[in-house]
Amino acid sequence: MSQQTTTPAAVRAGLADRLPVWLVPRVSGLHVAALLIALMLVGLLLVPVAQVMIVAFQDPATGAATLQNFVDFFRTSLFRESFWNSFYVSAMSVVVATAIALPLAYITTRFHFSGSILIQSLGFIPLIMPPFVGAVAMQLIFGRNGTVNLLLKDNFGISIPFMDGLNGVILVQSIHYFPFILINLSASLRNIDRSMEEAAQNLGSHGMRLFRRIVFPLAMPGYIAGAALVFIKVFDDLGTPLLLNVNNMLAPQAFLRISSIGISDPMGYVISVILVVFSILSLWASFLFMRGKDYATVQKGGGGMARRTLKPGEKVLAYGVVIFILLVVLSPHLGLLLLSFGTIWSFAPLPDGYTLANYVTMWENSKTFIMNTVLYAGIAATLDVIIGTAIAYIVIRTRIFGRKGLDYLATAALAVPGVVLGIGYLRTFHSIDVPLLDKPLASWWVIIALALMIRRLPYALRACTAALQQVSLALEEAAESLGATKRRTIQKVVIPLMTGGILAGFVTSFATAAVELSATIMLVSSNNDAPLAYGIYLFMQTPSGRGAGAALGIVAVIVVAIGTIASQIIIERDKKLKSSGDVH
Amino acid sequence: MERAGIQIEDVHLSFGDTQVLKGVNLDIKPGEFFAFLGPSGSGKSTLLRAIAGFGPTPQGRIRIGERDVLGLDPWKRNVGMVFQSYALWPHMSVRDNVGFGLKEKKMPTAQIRPKVDAALDLVGLQHLADRMPNQLSGGQQQRIALARTIVVEPEVLLLDEPLSNLDASLRVQMRRELLRLQRQLGLTTIFVTHDQEEANTTSDRMAVLDGGVIQQVGSPQALYDAPANLFVAKFLGTANILEGRVEVDGPEARFVTKTGDELSLPQGSKADGSNIVLRPQNIEIHREAGQNALPGTVLHKEFLGSQIRYLIEAGGTEIVVDQSHSVGLDWYEVGANVHLRANTSNAVVL
Ligand SMILES: Nc1ncnc2c1ncn2[C@@H]1O[C@H](COP(=O)(O)OP(=O)(O)OP(=O)(O)O)[C@@H](O)[C@H]1O
Ligand SMILES: [Mg+2]
Repeated sequence: MSQQTTTPAAVRAGLADRLPVWLVPRVSGLHVAALLIALMLVGLLLVPVAQVMIVAFQDPATGAATLQNFVDFFRTSLFRESFWNSFYVSAMSVVVATAIALPLAYITTRFHFSGSILIQSLGFIPLIMPPFVGAVAMQLIFGRNGTVNLLLKDNFGISIPFMDGLNGVILVQSIHYFPFILINLSASLRNIDRSMEEAAQNLGSHGMRLFRRIVFPLAMPGYIAGAALVFIKVFDDLGTPLLLNVNNMLAPQAFLRISSIGISDPMGYVISVILVVFSILSLWASFLFMRGKDYATVQKGGGGMARRTLKPGEKVLAYGVVIFILLVVLSPHLGLLLLSFGTIWSFAPLPDGYTLANYVTMWENSKTFIMNTVLYAGIAATLDVIIGTAIAYIVIRTRIFGRKGLDYLATAALAVPGVVLGIGYLRTFHSIDVPLLDKPLASWWVIIALALMIRRLPYALRACTAALQQVSLALEEAAESLGATKRRTIQKVVIPLMTGGILAGFVTSFATAAVELSATIMLVSSNNDAPLAYGIYLFMQTPSGRGAGAALGIVAVIVVAIGTIASQIIIERDKKLKSSGDVH
Repeated sequence: MERAGIQIEDVHLSFGDTQVLKGVNLDIKPGEFFAFLGPSGSGKSTLLRAIAGFGPTPQGRIRIGERDVLGLDPWKRNVGMVFQSYALWPHMSVRDNVGFGLKEKKMPTAQIRPKVDAALDLVGLQHLADRMPNQLSGGQQQRIALARTIVVEPEVLLLDEPLSNLDASLRVQMRRELLRLQRQLGLTTIFVTHDQEEANTTSDRMAVLDGGVIQQVGSPQALYDAPANLFVAKFLGTANILEGRVEVDGPEARFVTKTGDELSLPQGSKADGSNIVLRPQNIEIHREAGQNALPGTVLHKEFLGSQIRYLIEAGGTEIVVDQSHSVGLDWYEVGANVHLRANTSNAVVL
């Protein structure tokens, strides 16, 4: 290239560039973006959550600092009971989820089992249905007068209280969240070098003893990671207990106090503090447990656990167990499907007849819900990927002061239960009026979209970070060396290369935001503003609305399923594109 | 301890359609230190694992001591195996690792402790009993893995490249220690390696494998001096192989190279064979022509300290010659015309 070519940057170099840095701080567009994002995160996450924390420690009348609210909390027997119930339900859900996930993980990783891939992908199915959606269908199948108990009563004269009270919450939650354990545990099991197992066999160990003494302990880190997630999710969840009408748990109590007594009642805040503290505690405990226990032992020449061929007897047993578990796991989906196509379904193993009427009713009554959902989830997901890309770029590619903090703050949203965020928003934004509309910000529909945006940001951020990490710095430098400015480089090189990852992040955010209930339920101020998840909740409140609610639930499941599959396809295609690019 | 031999008869083994072992026969004597030597992928590990009961069940017969073990579960074989990766369980202390096998045998805890201590003592690491495996160096892990295996008093000891994860100096030290331990216990031992020096220095006898077939069995010296085929000749040490033919003339025999140069062979050499194997140290370089000498040109020279290694073009190929170095010895320059005198009294014709 000739000497005369000047870069655009050089053309613009003016007085400011010749002065010392301390006199004229170089402020780029990225600095401005970082600042805006920081302000937004502070305003929409930090302040509301801090507000909740502060109110919990304030005397409601005087505003003075006090522990009285906590004393009152633990003096009230209903709250004590709720606390123990939440704890009990979470712990039992971990146990039941383990009972479901362990055999599936073990059989699929340890044996030549033709259904392995099926199980591993079916394992994701529960995750694509919000748990509260399946809850009602589960009542109809496992409830006191549900399919299973009616059959048991007719044939054996017994009934089993699967769905009574807390049992129902435990069953629904463990069926919904067991994939967290399945995925993590399977990954751990696959990371155990076969020599670990063979060394034990060589020393005389086999069968269950081998599993108990070697295999399971080595898979423990993955198991604990999954179990901690299940515990937190169940502990924080509002939708499922609410739909099952189990109110003596923490999250429903917080919701009920705020929605019936009002936002000045301190108990909702105390509960929020407890929820947050427990989330953090269990994450911390699992972190402590896993410290120094990186057991990924696959080594040179190894290759995961040795897979064994099942003997005929074992095969029958394995298929039996797997089919039984899959039936249980898929029961909410089957139930929901039946319910949505059923005429009347009560006191009978199956619906009396089948019809499409529910879908018609649903469509007539839910257009607003669906439109709202598309609007809210669309706004949330769009903002998520924009902000996620910006944060990812700032964290990975710049040395802007405090960039790590941005990352941590955005990720911290993971530890904030939806109920807590909802309460925080109500408290923080009820006194701020929206200009021109003359109503508080807390009851304006935009706040729902913003809440969803904050709740899904950690996931989008992770997708964007992964996408950016795949864009080699050299490509960027090549563009810059050819004279492109930072901004044009980002626009023309970085973003296009990240498209796949960003799109995947968008789809995931959209699909999961579309069925989120716990934060939205607190922020919906009128049925006209309600999204789909809230709509399902409303339908399910009356027995006559159930069919339509189920139909809407099916819509939700399809939305999330399409989203999940689409993002999976996008990621795969992107990967192929990138790897074929590497070859050239 | 009872010493057991190992008999392997006509063992075939395939992974799917790939045949990995193709008719292996071996008779390993009780108390012997036996090495499997071969290039990567030759089937050494596969054979060793078949003896321990891992991997697909082979065809043929495998006997340990008096027992036919083919098809027997690994945990019923009483064969001790040390893995290349050591495979110490990271969630157990050194003591628990070593005591594992005894516990599996339902030995009372009170008896396990002294046995574990004795085993750790044997490898000199009693002071590390309460450490976790990730707090040990590679060499220490290696010894613990060994202790864990011998504490259960197996009939035979199988070692799959036990030294490959150690650095060079430690490797030399460990192989001596292994040998000492083996002699002390009198344990029939199979040692897998692709490093001929390791095999040479430790084993009583060894088997050279290639492509799933045993090429030759014998003592390291026998295999070096009298390789049965070109593969073994080339695999063990540096071998110069000249192509040509044998001409027999009454009691006299000579080897005529492609280039027409002649090397006399000892009386009674076999008349067939088209290659002669010359070791680098059995060739001398001279400036003058002479009896039994090949003319050649120096292509390259390397100073190796105690030796100078020359690469010389002669007899239609490139020949490696080692000359021991001493002060004042003058070197042959690259490009110099020289004559190679080979000591053919022990030369092998193949
Ligand atoms: N589980 C397996 N499935 C298919 N092929 C295998 C398997 N294990 C080994 N092989 C093949 O069998 C052949 C012999 O493998 P083996 O591990 O015995 O070699 P090796 O002599 O021990 O080599 P190395 O020195 O690299 O350890 C190789 O070609 C390998 O690719
Ligand atoms: Mg090997």
